[in-house]
Amino acid sequence: MSRPSDHIDSAPAPARDGITQPKLGFVGTLRWFWRQLTSMRTALFLLLLLAIAAVPGSLVPQRSSDPNGVTQYFADNPDLAPVLDKIQAFDVYSSAWFSSIYLLLFISLIGCVIPRTKHHLQALRAQPPKTPARLGRLAGFTTRTAPAGTDAASAVAAARTVLKQGRYRVALFDSPKEISVSAERGYLRETGNLVFHSALVGLLVVVGFGSGFGFSGQRVLVEGQTFVNTLLAYDSFNPGRFFNDTGLDPYTLTLDDFEVSYETQNLEAFGQPVDFTAGVTVTPRGGDAKPGAVRVNDPLRTGGTSIYLLGNGYAPTITVRDPEGTVVFTDSVPFLPQDANLTSLGIVKVPDGLADQVGLVGFFYPTQDETTTGSYFSSFPDLEYPVLTLNVYSGDLGLNDGVPTSVYALDTDHMEPLATRTSDVKPLELKPGETQELPNGLGSVTFENATPDAAAGDTSGSVLRFASFDIHHDPTQGWVLLFASLVLGGLLTSLFVPRRRLWVKAVEQPDGSVRLEYAGLARGEDPGLESAVSALADRHTALLERTAPAAAPTGPAPVGNPTDPA
Amino acid sequence: MNLNELSILSLYSAMAVYALAFIAFAIDLAKRSSAVGAAEIAAPATADAASVGTKAAGGTATLNRISARIANDAATPYGRSASLRVGVSLTVLAWAVHLVAAVLRGIAAERVPWANMYEFAMTGTLLIVTVYLIVLTRTDLRFLGTFVTGLVLILLGIGALQYYVEVAPLPPALQSVWLVIHVFVASLGTGFFALGFALSFVQLLQARREERAGTAKPSRLKFLQTLPSAFTLENLAYRVNIIGFILWTFTLMAGSVWAERAWGRYWGWDTKEVWTFIIWVIYAGYIHARATRGWRGSRSAWLAIIGFAAVMFNFGIVNVFFKGLHAYSGL
Repeated sequence: MSRPSDHIDSAPAPARDGITQPKLGFVGTLRWFWRQLTSMRTALFLLLLLAIAAVPGSLVPQRSSDPNGVTQYFADNPDLAPVLDKIQAFDVYSSAWFSSIYLLLFISLIGCVIPRTKHHLQALRAQPPKTPARLGRLAGFTTRTAPAGTDAASAVAAARTVLKQGRYRVALFDSPKEISVSAERGYLRETGNLVFHSALVGLLVVVGFGSGFGFSGQRVLVEGQTFVNTLLAYDSFNPGRFFNDTGLDPYTLTLDDFEVSYETQNLEAFGQPVDFTAGVTVTPRGGDAKPGAVRVNDPLRTGGTSIYLLGNGYAPTITVRDPEGTVVFTDSVPFLPQDANLTSLGIVKVPDGLADQVGLVGFFYPTQDETTTGSYFSSFPDLEYPVLTLNVYSGDLGLNDGVPTSVYALDTDHMEPLATRTSDVKPLELKPGETQELPNGLGSVTFENATPDAAAGDTSGSVLRFASFDIHHDPTQGWVLLFASLVLGGLLTSLFVPRRRLWVKAVEQPDGSVRLEYAGLARGEDPGLESAVSALADRHTALLERTAPAAAPTGPAPVGNPTDPA
Repeated sequence: MNLNELSILSLYSAMAVYALAFIAFAIDLAKRSSAVGAAEIAAPATADAASVGTKAAGGTATLNRISARIANDAATPYGRSASLRVGVSLTVLAWAVHLVAAVLRGIAAERVPWANMYEFAMTGTLLIVTVYLIVLTRTDLRFLGTFVTGLVLILLGIGALQYYVEVAPLPPALQSVWLVIHVFVASLGTGFFALGFALSFVQLLQARREERAGTAKPSRLKFLQTLPSAFTLENLAYRVNIIGFILWTFTLMAGSVWAERAWGRYWGWDTKEVWTFIIWVIYAGYIHARATRGWRGSRSAWLAIIGFAAVMFNFGIVNVFFKGLHAYSGL
């Protein structure tokens, strides 16, 4: 049995009316279950179930692709979210129910592919089957009369030549009354089909297990900073299940500069970014430094990893001094962009060195502008008129408890606002290069100018930029690509290579002439079968005429088919 | 008047011509119905006799061309009326103007004209019509003219009114050769799926008519008698849909390659990825249904229809209302 019994090409099951079947027994039940699982109907059911089961994952945010969305969903639907979480609605594609559907589907598929492969290997070595007794019942049935002087054996021999040229596998059959050739082609169709299905299994295995050997990590770099590819240097690191960190290649990556260009000609898209390029230098261990670039859609491949440009923004350099002028904090602080014109939000925490712990909540406007109500916003993402405002808080920064806190957030619940929009002292306002006193005589804060030597009024380079990089390692991608290509190739051959059988039979008539019969059988979808039969008949009779004895008086007369109006 | 304004003018002109073509095709359908009605009055038995004849001939016909078989396959053969010819000519004219609109938009934007919803609608519908016209040269599917021009009109109307955006440069995320390949192949696949949908839909109507023929409640859609049999329609739908399926498979793969370059992973169950996968699985189910006993015929046709509904959902709803990584530069 090569195909499931409910395949359209299989013989229909005999009618079972009135037959009392014996009990199946244990092995029989198992066999029955296996036959059910590998039937076409079950495969079809599982396929459709898989399509339906994939839908919820697009309706509810998923932890794998949108973890923040999941957090937000819990906040918005406090009653519903835990219930959905119980049924793994936030992890649909790794859930027990989704996995069981595709695993069953693949078991069904394997159970179908293995016997078919066996059968196909046998068919590849076998001869084409015997010519049916009555060709008249088959597709494309055509009859011709052989040119006079051609005997049945040579006519069939000529047919064999024509078919062999057409890449058919042929076999001759000889019986007292008639001689015939049976031919089959298109074994590639089944090969392609089996390759397609096997490659899907391969794809599943590689994707399922292979991704466990890789990792992904993130790192933010300000212009001028260097990163060494070691575990500790990552801001966040997600290893696969089987990943071993001794496999990290410790190259260094320096962000030399970050270039952004904005649209300034087209008013409809004014300020839209046109290009981001991170100019970097990569130094392999013990090797020479090499310049490179990371761009969106164009990752840098080095040291077995791919480096992607994930995001960017400004990193104002802020220096805090105590009242004596001693520096207690200085750093370029990445500010998170809040809108398309890069209004950015950043946090500075100064735990030591001042009379109190001090927290600064900064807003950076690359091109500052003011609404009618007096609030600031940025009107262009580039550094046309950069302004930094700082809200100042003092009190407990919450760093002493040993609990990790985010560097991008400041909990001001336990702090005293010293300079905010609602306090007596308004927030500090600084342009690059300016210094302001902190309230209560705590000290001073400076917004450093990154290009102090630039011409007056040129602020284009006054603030450093940062780039966030995503660094990935996936050793199985090549395999995924290979199996995906096999899937596509298998699909193309299995759908477009026609598998067909053709027969040519020569029957000696009582009057001494030879009647030629042609017919074909499609195995699977084959819209060109009938034209293939008539083309064979044409080529065959043309060959016979060329080789027939010159005395041949009559040409081939198409006896034809009564339904053919052409 | 700049190039983009010329493009808009061409697009609206094309829509007007499509509307005229739609009317011409609709008139043709009406004429078919009345011709069948007249034939029935003249010779009440002809239609049934012809349909019996078709069934008998179905298995053994030795015709070289599908088109010839279609002409032969209808219960009441019907030639090409004047309005049908006008409809096809107008469709070709509208297609040419439509092509000009898309090309001008591309020149105005200095890139391929498929980078936002408005441009997807414009180029996607252009490809639907292109696929239809190419198939017409091989197989007589002129009777689908109302469907094709109607669908294209609706999609273009929504695209032009709802999603129009001014020409803007590509954001860095879309600057990739894969935008050209991935989106184009997806649109082309949609063109084949649309045609497959129409054929499957007519197949269902035809199957119902064939079931009811000779009973007390014959189908009231008389023009169906001038169309190919459900059997032929199913085979045609299958051939069109498998081409769509192959293109869709390629879309998935090209999308994965692009996703790896852009986002660092080839597959991540982004909402758009999820729906592209769902559509692929539905059509895979359709192909299997055709090979499953008891599922060939109307049941598999329903799967093709659900598949195309999912394609439209993926384009019209997922792009606009679902949160995901696929960005459509201002829609």
